Amino acid sequence: MKQDMSNHVLLELENLSKSFDLDHGFLDTLKFKKGRIVSEKRSVHAVNNVSLKIHKGEALCVVGESGCGKSTVARLVAGLISPTKGAIHYDGQRIDALKGKDLLPLRKRMQMIFQNPYASLNPRMTIQQALEEPVRHHNPSFSRDDVQDKVANVMRSVGVDPSWAARYPHEFSGGQRQRIAIARALTVDPEFVIADEPISALDVSIQAQVLNLMLEAKEERGLTYLFITHDLSVVQHFGTRVAVLYLGSVCEYADTATLFSNPKHPYTRALLSAVPQLSDDKPNHIRLKGEIPTPINLPKGCPFQSRCSYSNPRCSAELPVAIEQADGSVVACHAVEEGRID
Amino acid sequence: MSMMSDHQSNSLFSRIMDSNITYSFKRNPVAIISMVIFLLIAFAAAFAPLIAPTDPYDPSLYDILDSELPPAWTGQGDEKFLFGTDDQGRDLWSAILYGTRTSLIIGICAVLVQAFLGISIGLISGYLGGRIDNILMRFADIQLSFSTLMVAIIFLAVSQALFGSDTFNKYALFMLVGVIGIAEWPQYARTVRATVLAEKKKEYVDSARVLGFSPVRIMIRHILPNSLSPIFVISTVQVANAIVSEASLSFLGLGMPVSQPSLGSLISSGFDYIFSGSWWITTIPGIVLVVLVLVINLLGDWMRDVLNPKLYKG
Amino acid sequence: MPLLSVRDLVVKFAMRDNTVTALNSISFDVARGDRLGIVGESGAGKSVTGFALLNLISRPGFIDSGEILFDGMNMADMSDAELREVRGNKMAMIFQDPMVTLNPVLTIGQQMVETLQAHRTLSRKEAEQIAIVKLREVYIPAPEERLAQYPHELSGGMRQRIIIAIALLLDPQLIIADEPTTALDVTIQADIMELLLELCTTKKVSLILITHDLGVVSQMTENTLVMYAGRIIEAGRTREIINDPQHPYTQGLINALPQQTLPGARLKQIPGNMPSLSAVPKGCAFNARCEYAQDRCRAEIPVFEQIGPVKVACHEVKRLHHAPQKQEDLA
Repeated sequence: MKQDMSNHVLLELENLSKSFDLDHGFLDTLKFKKGRIVSEKRSVHAVNNVSLKIHKGEALCVVGESGCGKSTVARLVAGLISPTKGAIHYDGQRIDALKGKDLLPLRKRMQMIFQNPYASLNPRMTIQQALEEPVRHHNPSFSRDDVQDKVANVMRSVGVDPSWAARYPHEFSGGQRQRIAIARALTVDPEFVIADEPISALDVSIQAQVLNLMLEAKEERGLTYLFITHDLSVVQHFGTRVAVLYLGSVCEYADTATLFSNPKHPYTRALLSAVPQLSDDKPNHIRLKGEIPTPINLPKGCPFQSRCSYSNPRCSAELPVAIEQADGSVVACHAVEEGRID
Repeated sequence: MSMMSDHQSNSLFSRIMDSNITYSFKRNPVAIISMVIFLLIAFAAAFAPLIAPTDPYDPSLYDILDSELPPAWTGQGDEKFLFGTDDQGRDLWSAILYGTRTSLIIGICAVLVQAFLGISIGLISGYLGGRIDNILMRFADIQLSFSTLMVAIIFLAVSQALFGSDTFNKYALFMLVGVIGIAEWPQYARTVRATVLAEKKKEYVDSARVLGFSPVRIMIRHILPNSLSPIFVISTVQVANAIVSEASLSFLGLGMPVSQPSLGSLISSGFDYIFSGSWWITTIPGIVLVVLVLVINLLGDWMRDVLNPKLYKG
Repeated sequence: MPLLSVRDLVVKFAMRDNTVTALNSISFDVARGDRLGIVGESGAGKSVTGFALLNLISRPGFIDSGEILFDGMNMADMSDAELREVRGNKMAMIFQDPMVTLNPVLTIGQQMVETLQAHRTLSRKEAEQIAIVKLREVYIPAPEERLAQYPHELSGGMRQRIIIAIALLLDPQLIIADEPTTALDVTIQADIMELLLELCTTKKVSLILITHDLGVVSQMTENTLVMYAGRIIEAGRTREIINDPQHPYTQGLINALPQQTLPGARLKQIPGNMPSLSAVPKGCAFNARCEYAQDRCRAEIPVFEQIGPVKVACHEVKRLHHAPQKQEDLA
């Protein structure tokens, strides 16, 4: 399933972790416990030890339920927040510690599309202003006409009539706004695009339009995507590789076709079975016990143990490591490792 | 692709006339009346030198024999002096016109100072957060714990004693603008900071960061234009407050000198004569002051109702 | 006689300068024990339909004309007191967001007891007993302890179960669920749907499920309405509609789903956007986006009529019906 893409690794996440402190300042950390005041720092472990590679030309989908840390991964890669531990390499260069001016060349190569097209465009800027701004910023040598041409070209390429450039975002529908947001990311001609749930706020018929637009951009510009989503049918359609995230950890990482035809991790299986299908009449999904625990105090051992029907004492004691399987997929599960699941 | 056809022209004027603000204004009689009165007062103040029959700043123009003439409509007054005269024979109508002008200038300039300080500090504090935010906001808290008037009185009294009355009177206007401006910036800073904190979470700010724009650019070009609504609301109320502060300080003799009266110093100068029957010297400027502050506050109320996103979207 | 019969319902909204029609002559029936899905995109009028059925449309919206016959009574011209008697008691509604539907300052028990006592003369003890039974029916573990808890102490899925339990408190004959699982995760959504399906079948409660998700409709309902720009454009048995959609919009909606296309290939998209209610085009509202549109579609509003097993509002459907599969569809 390597197809014709070159084996050039564009982005590499290495043991990436991010936790957010819940208590700010010393006074917040003081707790009253068993008749004594103790200082205790709580933090949300949003992403834990995530290692992923994205090859040039791939579309890596990160999928999971709310609170699994998938958006945090996107924001870490985009440099909007910095990791607590681990490293991010882009095209061989370590980028997680870059600041200010050093980041600028990277910004031209890597762009991001956001979930909510109603919030990702500045409501006080016309479309023209919003699209011109990045062009000017990254190409100070451009003449007025060059900028105009660039903006008009990008607008045409996303299917928005350039004659509407003088309008404000609120005059457009959600789908058109998302096209404009994509256009804005494309104005700097990036090679890598992070898309954080880019279609989940849109209507079904509009989702198809935007997804097609992103596929077109991928083919025409040779884009590489990091695509964050909760929608498995989109993953199957759009992704070349998939990483399934649960409570901030990768539980399964595989080629899309492999993952959908032969899911191995118990969570992946449950997730796949829960998608409502058009065809069958009776829902027949794998029920999970309970609900996702909070990422504040992570359980020892496997993060999925509390809901897993295969869990045993080892799962609650020892954190499973990611092991590559015969078909190339990488699974972090004791039960799979021990062959307890068929 | 037909959604655009119902928008005809897109000029700035038609956008303003179409906006919700204009719509709500047209349907709110209180706002309309307040706006009319405010514009009348502002117009009269702005063109005071053209409207006023005499120049109240020129002592050679008044005659002590005309002193304490009651307003013209009482029958005992003089046709020449519509609102009567003060203790020095100065035409009260002219003095009020000039005084309103002074009061408005001080009010607006003081608010500009407040806004400049408050918006800059609020933006920096809200956008950068962390330690800088903590330091700036504690500083604002400390300043807020002193009342504006107390700070102003101490500062003005000390500088009056230091520089002597004459120098002080010469620069009174700037002193007042400075003192009222500096004393009230925390109001702005807090409001702006709160708005910035809310705006900062929105995706368009992330989007600007990913595009590599500098923090200064993001603050001024992206966050500030989206934080204007609360700034407008607070500005109207602050103008009214600044006018009242100025009037109080002038009334206490720490503001504008009687030779260049503001509404406050007019009220103060007439106060000594109120028990000898010359009520008009204090009362008429007082009414003007109350009406001016009232209409500004009413406009501020209306603006808050329109611009408050919670009320507005519901 | 059907449990619910909606006849020519028109709902309008008074805007600043004009009045827009949010529901345009909607008619449908729900039989006892039936499960009906209402499908559409945002702006189609599906949520307005849900609110209109309970006569919950509030200013600036209003029911302009039409009848909502529930159990023979017309909801559209009932007094507030009569409406309160029906709402919650015979007809219950489940909303989209479980985070905001429950009152955060009242315990689960207080909210359930309050609902019960508003409609029945019961002591606190009796009401709590009923509440516990209902919580058990929605598989909430340790229901006695939940009564004392506040909504924020519970997870999203648990809250939606409690909302369902509250909806079932007074044994309603009809439940209207407006996007009940949209705010939930896939695995939780599947659990909630299964629960709702089980409760409706065992208790013979009718269900109106309002959703944008065709997969959910396919698994949950027997009949389906497809709405577009304030009108019903297709109605019939769910299986018929999913397997053999007649209206070009329904076809487009189903074909636009990623699972209908090979991975990586272009999705079959519907061009354009749903018109805003203030700018619905003349004739068929879908004409600007429809690949089959003719002059007639741009002039005349199509009649909603029975064609084959389903009812459809489309001029071209007769011509297209049973036509050989179009070549470009296969390409």
